Amino acid sequence: MGRIRNPKELHSYREGLVARRTGSKKVIAVCCGTGCNASGARKVAQAFVDEIQKQGLAKEIDIRPTGCHGFCERGTLVLMHPEETLYTRVKPEDVPEIVEKTVKKGEILEKHLYDDPVSGAKHIKEQEIPFYKHQERLILGKNGLIDPTKIDDYIALGGYEALAKALEMGPDRVLDEVKRANVRGRGGGGFPAGKKWETCRNATATKRYIICNADEGDPGAFMDRSVLEGNPHAVIEGMIIGAFTIGSDEGYVYVRHEYPLAVKHLTVALEQAREKGFLGKDILGTGFGFDVKINRGGGAFVCGESTALMASIEGKVGEPRAKHIHTVVAGLNGKPTNLNNVETWANIPLVIEKGADWYTKIGTKGSPGTKIFSLVGKVNNTGLVEVAMGMTLRQIIFDIGGGIPKGGEFKAVQTGGPSGGCLPAAKLDLAVDFDSLWEEGSMMGSGGMIVMDDKTCMVDVAKYFLNFLKFESCGKCTTCREGLRRLHELVTEIAEGRGTLDTIQLIEELAATVEAGSLCALGTTAVNPVRSTLKFFRDEYLAHVNEKRCPAGVCKALITYEITDACTGCLVCKKRCPEGVIKGDKKEKHVIDTTKCIKCGICNDVCKFDAVRVY
Amino acid sequence: MELSKVDAIVDNYRAEPASLLAIMQDVQDVAHYLPREIVEHVAKRISVPVARIYAMATFFGSFHLEPRGKHICTVCMGTACHVRGAKRLVEQLERDLKIKSGGTTTDMMFTVEEVNCVGACALGPLVILDGEYRGGMTSGSLTKIVEKLGKDEGGK
Repeated sequence: MGRIRNPKELHSYREGLVARRTGSKKVIAVCCGTGCNASGARKVAQAFVDEIQKQGLAKEIDIRPTGCHGFCERGTLVLMHPEETLYTRVKPEDVPEIVEKTVKKGEILEKHLYDDPVSGAKHIKEQEIPFYKHQERLILGKNGLIDPTKIDDYIALGGYEALAKALEMGPDRVLDEVKRANVRGRGGGGFPAGKKWETCRNATATKRYIICNADEGDPGAFMDRSVLEGNPHAVIEGMIIGAFTIGSDEGYVYVRHEYPLAVKHLTVALEQAREKGFLGKDILGTGFGFDVKINRGGGAFVCGESTALMASIEGKVGEPRAKHIHTVVAGLNGKPTNLNNVETWANIPLVIEKGADWYTKIGTKGSPGTKIFSLVGKVNNTGLVEVAMGMTLRQIIFDIGGGIPKGGEFKAVQTGGPSGGCLPAAKLDLAVDFDSLWEEGSMMGSGGMIVMDDKTCMVDVAKYFLNFLKFESCGKCTTCREGLRRLHELVTEIAEGRGTLDTIQLIEELAATVEAGSLCALGTTAVNPVRSTLKFFRDEYLAHVNEKRCPAGVCKALITYEITDACTGCLVCKKRCPEGVIKGDKKEKHVIDTTKCIKCGICNDVCKFDAVRVY
Repeated sequence: MELSKVDAIVDNYRAEPASLLAIMQDVQDVAHYLPREIVEHVAKRISVPVARIYAMATFFGSFHLEPRGKHICTVCMGTACHVRGAKRLVEQLERDLKIKSGGTTTDMMFTVEEVNCVGACALGPLVILDGEYRGGMTSGSLTKIVEKLGKDEGGK
């Protein structure tokens, strides 16, 4: 079927799809998100297609390459419906056996089941796994059911029904619903979307723009990438509803060029939405018209800032400007522009479909709904996690994340990317929402959550972020351009054992200046990583300054590698040492010549006997 | 890259100055970097000063003004990769290929680059070799991959 001309046609089209899909047909969903792809997911999906063909089962079984299921650590993930059996770490060569035994005979292959590293228990269904059990996957949940390149998959699940409903409700009631739901901007600021929409709608103009910010620049965050890759229509539907409410006929998605798969899926999704008549002129017979273009970012972190992003769409260098007049009044091309991020847009269809009363029951009073976090770093179950706001850090990191690998000790969790901060173990029971994190000197940001253990040096983390930010500062404001450079130098002094107590004081003074004198959020929040580590991990700074020691064994200038008595004399480290400074014969304890050691750490990496000590 | 191909890209965007970023990206996708003569040609075609293109090319991290090697080895430097030792991978490549990060080997075979984050954080530390993501890298496995590539090329 081509164009859908009105809401009634949409309902019957969907009913037709659903009728054809129910019944005995099985679906094998193969996660083909960027993470699983790196583990060979495309080959696994192809192997399933080939095997099903070979066995003559193509009529009974659908192979569906889907977006990210979130549990990237265990890729490639294969989820079999309707039984909901989840197999993890599937390789192409495993496929014939899976088809033969599990698909045809219903036998469970234990070796592919998820085994809990903490309890050792094996789980068959996705929902039984602790990683999934504690989540509330309102947005991400559909990723596992949809082939993102097929609009019918989205429509079959009720997709674009929220749009039909919104068109019936009219702009006033839609706006009221979004305001009452108190959807807050998931991009970091947490500004209420309804308020933003209202200001943009009320601004006097003949033309208004809608923008989806998919310039997910925070290192360590990939929520938006996964939503765009896995369920692009949810974002598009949210944007159309926004455009209808605000009165816009033109929208943009500004997406990072580092996300090629997201660009590809979004391009396909836009084409299909146009074919079906959800984009273009006279959407669902209402006379309302809207279309969306894709702009690829150029690899500048600052372009996540709204005014810089708009400058970039205009074909200019992405420098932010002062917001005496907000972008909702004068943004892109000087016209009122409403910008929200990917996850915020993806929330909108839910709010319209289920209503503000339902939405506000999830999450906390001040921050309703769910939030997607990328739970990464030194944690057992890494991946994407969607939870109701208000869950504690401890629940997220230990119940869902399964705690720290290899018996390590939790040290800190970094939230909010380069604008956020590091929170220590004492804050693990903090209920996570926009306001609570802000009060602790960190922020939600777009949702990066990087777990650090006792082998992570907090001085090094501060140095890392300052190094990142000094390159990403656009250079417009002196305090940001020069201040971040100097801050990086000062923290480097400490990391290299040249720092004094005065250095720490100078860092604190300069941080206050950078914060006070910078125009955009990049500069004003850039000091959060160094400030929060100084606040919560001052002892570690003092160890670097007073004792010239890096307790975590990271800062090269302050550490020494040594081979202990556990050495069996296996020669592996000796062979691999790039400088050839490890001496010792076979079955003899090896010794590192510390005067020539370049501290590359390879001996530590390759030792199977834990015989290399760093101090 | 022939200038006719550049013209086709520019025409695709109706030679609009507002599409400069997209034009530059498409050109680089084909040429792998932005050579001077192409920059000048694009400037003339869309009637903007050459300096404006260079302003963009030096502002946005994804552009290259020097030729790059046949194989591009990009190390992800995102936070998750960083805490799992990404810096050590860069150092390993620098030692193996005897170049600094950002540089290209004299035989134009390898370029080593760093990227802020590619959003495959669960697989860190991660290296992207000629567009293919390789997760859970160690300095040892990286050395082997690069050595093999070098040998394959040498054998031809």
